[in-house]
Amino acid sequence: MKTEKELEEIFEKKLANNEFIEPKDWMPEKYRRHLIRQISQHAHSEIVGMLPEGNWITRAPSLRAKLVLLAKVQDEGGHGLYLYSAAETLGISRDEMIEALHTGKAKYSSIFNYPTLTWADIGAIGWLVDGAAIMNQVMLQRTSYGPYSRAMIRICKEESFHQRQGYEIMMRLALGTPEQKQMAQDALNRWWYPTLMMFGPPDDQSPNTADAVKWRIKRETNDQLRQKFVNQTVPQAEFIGLKIPDPNLKWNEAKQGYDFTPPDWNEFWRVINGDGPCNKERLAARIKAHEEGKWVREAAAAYAQKHEEVLAS
Amino acid sequence: MINTKDSQGMLWEVFLQKKSGQPFIHAGSIHAFDKEMALQNARDTYTRRGEATVIWVVPSHTIVSSTPEDVGPFFDPANDKIYRHPTFYNIPDAIKNM
Repeated sequence: MKTEKELEEIFEKKLANNEFIEPKDWMPEKYRRHLIRQISQHAHSEIVGMLPEGNWITRAPSLRAKLVLLAKVQDEGGHGLYLYSAAETLGISRDEMIEALHTGKAKYSSIFNYPTLTWADIGAIGWLVDGAAIMNQVMLQRTSYGPYSRAMIRICKEESFHQRQGYEIMMRLALGTPEQKQMAQDALNRWWYPTLMMFGPPDDQSPNTADAVKWRIKRETNDQLRQKFVNQTVPQAEFIGLKIPDPNLKWNEAKQGYDFTPPDWNEFWRVINGDGPCNKERLAARIKAHEEGKWVREAAAAYAQKHEEVLAS
Repeated sequence: MINTKDSQGMLWEVFLQKKSGQPFIHAGSIHAFDKEMALQNARDTYTRRGEATVIWVVPSHTIVSSTPEDVGPFFDPANDKIYRHPTFYNIPDAIKNM
């Protein structure tokens, strides 16, 4: 038997060599707990993220738009399932994770606590929210935990259509009537800062960043990703004649990136801690769906059991 | 593969074959209450873009795995047998098709 210290050395060496950690490998308890928290919250975000967009499926402006939105929302559900499965390999059950979400113990991305008021919001979500998520997830493809990495690779492959369909919606509105363009601009105005918050608090206020980087769970910090996102998105807005709602936004030649106004972090903490525009509604919708599905789970379990008995007799 | 049972049904591992002739590759896992539901859930979760023509689902608890701690002794018998590889043998350059 190896001592704890020897096991830890093997673990550290694997990380240093950019090798993956797999479910049966020894890992420090803190690493396991960090991953369970991060992956389960990522899964919850996918599932809760279905709600703001699901809100527009019945009101999509064309059959094409409806088909696309349905496919996208179904993808988000699938992505939640990949992630729950990855988290389960760390020794937590699906039930425990759902329970943690429903009791408010586990968080999900604060972005989904904002309402989708117009059709342009569906465009803004695809373009900005999925764009930010992809940036984070591209990095996570190289995360040190094998099952998480594999889930991310699958998700990234599927998700680039999400951002493109969102940008297409924005482009159509921005090039449409003045009212349509105004609708697109209004959506950008409301979603810009919540999107910037998606990367998490600034590095010096992020309690988990140091560990995540040390363990190669994350390869880039919140602030690095946020900067990258701004640099990438500004020209996309300019191309369709929309204006980023930040008077201080300015190209900085020296750093080869934009200077920009950071989001209001007080608002971020407020929303994370339950006081956003839609927190109660989102959680209530999740709990309702879970409770209303209870009889289905029970019926399926009873059917499976009966079927097994018949086969055995 | 640790918690195989909760109110969400059993855990199953999903393997996909993209086309006939190709190997089955592990895609991930799903929850389901029985075989039929396992296949349907695997299809909905892992093959939304033509990733498979055949799906295998296997109850996770039936999978037997070697353990990472045993990696040395378990695979040791094969490690020092370099004569199992073609490059171990010196054949003159003049010899073709070998």
